[in-house]
Amino acid sequence: MRIKIIQNIGLILFLIGFGLFVMSFASEKYVLTQSSIDRMVDDSAKAGLIKSFGEKHLNTELSNAFAFNSLLDQLFADINNYQLERFGLSDDRLERMVKSLSGTEFSMDKAKAEFGESDALTAFQWEAFTSYGGWLEGKTFGSEQELRDALQIVQTNIASYGVLNEKGFNEYEIKDLKYGLTKASSVGLVSSSPLQVMLAIYALIIFGALIYIFPNIKLLGPAGIKNDGIFHSKVKNKGWIGILLGSFLILFYIILYFYPEYMTTWILMVDPVSQWLKGSDAGRFFLYGFIYTLAILVMGVRMMIKYRHSKYQLWRTASVMFFQLSLAFLIPEILLRLNQPYFDFKNIWPLDYDFFFDNELNTLINHGGIGLFMLGWGIGLTLLGVPVMVYFFGKRWYCSWVCGCGGLAETLGDPFRQLSDKSLKAWKFERISIHSVLVFAIVMTGAVLYTYWTGNSEVFGISSYHLRSVYGGWIGAGFAGVVGTGFYPLMGNRVWCRFGCPLAAYLGLVQRFKSRFRITTNGGQCISCGNCSTHCEMGIDVRWYAQRGENIVRSSCVGCGVCSAVCPRGVLNLENRSDDNRFETAGLIGNDSFPEIKK
Amino acid sequence: MPDNKHVVIIGNGISGITAARHLRKHSKCRITVISGESDYFYSRTALMYVYMGHMKFENTKPYEDWFWKKNEIDLVKAWVQEVDTKEKRLKLDGVEDITYDVLVLATGSVSNKFGWPGQEAKGVSSLYHKQDLEYIEEYSSKMNRAVIVGGGLIGIELAEMLHSRQIDVTLLVREENFWDVVMPLEEAQMINQEIRDHHIDLRLTTELKEIKIGEDGAVVGVVTNQDEQIECQFVGLTVGVSPNVKWLAASGLEIKRGIVVNEFLETNIADVYAIGDCAEHNVPSPGRRPVEQVWYTGRMMGEVVAQTILGNPTAYKPGIWFNSAKFFNIEYQTYGTVTPTLAEGHDQFFWQTDDGKISFRVVFDASDRSVLGLNVLGIRMRHEVWDEWIRNGEKIEVVMAQLERANFDPEFFNKYEYAIREIFNQKFEHLAIENQKPSLLKRIFS
Repeated sequence: MRIKIIQNIGLILFLIGFGLFVMSFASEKYVLTQSSIDRMVDDSAKAGLIKSFGEKHLNTELSNAFAFNSLLDQLFADINNYQLERFGLSDDRLERMVKSLSGTEFSMDKAKAEFGESDALTAFQWEAFTSYGGWLEGKTFGSEQELRDALQIVQTNIASYGVLNEKGFNEYEIKDLKYGLTKASSVGLVSSSPLQVMLAIYALIIFGALIYIFPNIKLLGPAGIKNDGIFHSKVKNKGWIGILLGSFLILFYIILYFYPEYMTTWILMVDPVSQWLKGSDAGRFFLYGFIYTLAILVMGVRMMIKYRHSKYQLWRTASVMFFQLSLAFLIPEILLRLNQPYFDFKNIWPLDYDFFFDNELNTLINHGGIGLFMLGWGIGLTLLGVPVMVYFFGKRWYCSWVCGCGGLAETLGDPFRQLSDKSLKAWKFERISIHSVLVFAIVMTGAVLYTYWTGNSEVFGISSYHLRSVYGGWIGAGFAGVVGTGFYPLMGNRVWCRFGCPLAAYLGLVQRFKSRFRITTNGGQCISCGNCSTHCEMGIDVRWYAQRGENIVRSSCVGCGVCSAVCPRGVLNLENRSDDNRFETAGLIGNDSFPEIKK
Repeated sequence: MPDNKHVVIIGNGISGITAARHLRKHSKCRITVISGESDYFYSRTALMYVYMGHMKFENTKPYEDWFWKKNEIDLVKAWVQEVDTKEKRLKLDGVEDITYDVLVLATGSVSNKFGWPGQEAKGVSSLYHKQDLEYIEEYSSKMNRAVIVGGGLIGIELAEMLHSRQIDVTLLVREENFWDVVMPLEEAQMINQEIRDHHIDLRLTTELKEIKIGEDGAVVGVVTNQDEQIECQFVGLTVGVSPNVKWLAASGLEIKRGIVVNEFLETNIADVYAIGDCAEHNVPSPGRRPVEQVWYTGRMMGEVVAQTILGNPTAYKPGIWFNSAKFFNIEYQTYGTVTPTLAEGHDQFFWQTDDGKISFRVVFDASDRSVLGLNVLGIRMRHEVWDEWIRNGEKIEVVMAQLERANFDPEFFNKYEYAIREIFNQKFEHLAIENQKPSLLKRIFS
């Protein structure tokens, strides 16, 4: 009972730490200052605009990030309106052109008459008109309305491409600046002592979690299967805590990908770590990588304690912990410190969907030998590493031994593996969705490379930039992040790996058609109990095969080995064997009534 | 089997359902499966996991609910009251009568009760049916201590179940060691230890004498044959099962312990078959018991009876015996024949680890040295290989030399072949076989 008390203390410490982490969101005040603006805005003219428009707000303390960001929104909107009025094509001038130029052939010379005197402002306006309205030259418009419509297109283009880019703030700039200014304008406990706060909160979370986890060695009894009470749990069976946890994760991912300006306190906290590691401040993805790695390490310890009777699980868990800590987290950051490209040596296209983006390629190519090596390594992994390794070991070598997504799923996600949908319907949906994503990734990458080589941004009338931003937003952030991890407590820990990951689809195709890997069924020993299917995170109905003595050869199997572990009759075994008989029914040994039926 | 014939199967357990599936595979005849216990086929062996929270009841169903309709297997939920074999008519509880052309009885078992005083009290249950599980689930909130009677597979399952809910368990076992009617002494003792390691109060050579009932009609304790009183709120009666045939007494079927069948699983009445737990073989295969209440034999009889009904008369010939179980954390597998005490003319080799959690026993013919049977605790063995070795009468020294072939443990698990052979070579010097310690690399990555 004393151990139980220790465990409860761990839980309380963890909850305090987690509570402080969440509450730190509200710990800071926000003060817009000249110096923070200067630090965040490179263009001095634009910085000046923010200062003058925000003059009466400078050095005023705002109590929370919402108020601060609505101030910024207001400032950017005001500045943009002001600049549009000054530099844009005004309605007045547009109407004058309509009057004077309708009915005749459009000529830039005639249009110039409407731009009067040539001060700097008008010069910019005329410059913009020629670059965005050049296509009007020589056209004849039948009516005033037709001309007006055409000029309005020019007006809009000048506004959003000409004026906002050069004289105001476009939406991407606003996004970045809101994040940057919020972070730079923070004042409070976290901003003044980030290291101390970080150490306190993370220590509470990590040690609390470990103090909770370790007593299970004793509390859960001798080594063996530890699934007691899973379906009675409020966390692990979609109870209220599970739903709350899922909601938190989903919210976390939405903020991370779409509203990073609201997580600046958390990022401030890890600035010292980032400084120590790579010599610069943290960004949101440094924070994400930091938390992600800690989650894998701490929950990896839990996984190892839970499955300590199985050396397969011990090695496998150690492997994902190692790959996450070194290859995914530390080495890329250290590379940055050494002025080398950020590179995760175990991330493989098409999971690493931006590997062939122009900026990534250029970075690698511009880094000489090491960059070229990285480029070759990445292409080699995709073209050779995947098929060769999958041939010998199955896709598990990657999905449940190396991959970061798999690493999180197998550690943080392990408590939720039983929530995957085992129905035939889910399998049908899975096959369509995962292969669609694979096709999308290939098409998107093809278009991006076409643009890279030809300079032509349109492929069959679709912009490759648009394609890649849709992929990045919907698949990269939405599917892999928000749905993939956010839905752990609701749909199991492999939602992304099962329904979306294009690399898993590719590995799976090789595994299905050309591999030595299979799960072997042991003769006639299956009792159809269903533990295997229940605990299969990929939603494979393992029992369906086992109870008829068939090998399990499925493209989705990530080889986690849990079906084999939970089987009470020693029926399932993950094996790499030569290819004969892989698909044949091994047969239910033990019935001699049918001598003619060969096993 | 003509399409217009109607095969009715009573019982939706593994035997009945296997028969239905195999009939459907090869015929378009009308198939009806009747069960009073559950709407759909579920795996009885998994009931314990539902209670322990490893699975939901939903997960115990090997086929999704649409499967039956899609395969045109009609399911009727009702208890059959009466079988009229002359009119080929079944009387059902609350549902219209059903007529059949062919009847398959796959009615399973009922739990034994030996007439103990108080055995009908509130808080007394066996563990066989879904309804038993529901009762135990509902009653769990009232339990602080439970007494389980019976040292067999269901008894230890029930002990594990209640233990998982922090209920103190006393397990009364009539024999000197757990399940020693099946297990040789060493294995039985290992399981004794495993039970005690899980803080189960194991009482060997102890029988139930009486169940004490309180004022509200509920269990308050038991008295053992040693006149010891044990206070408890629940009594689990797990002293074996018997064929579920009592209700067929008036049917004209020949019934001894079970429904008597010949090798074609035919009863004494034409067009009526019996399979699974409820069947008693009038001429069992050599070395086999007339009634075998095992998942696997039920399944095999289902496969066989379907063939016979389809017009390919097929005799039921179970192959080499195999079975498996799990006692708390110790997995058990057996292939061939291993008796609790060594039979005349047999020899054996036994090995176990110092912690008493892993063991290996092989029985062989003393004169021609052919292997006859295997018992393993804590190691998984490949069914196919042992089936072949035993079938071919492979010699013990050949088997021992090739042990690796039969290993079915997951990758990276400790390998015991070297240690096993080392002891074997000491005990059977005249049969000593080459034994090389595997390299470290091989031990890690084999």
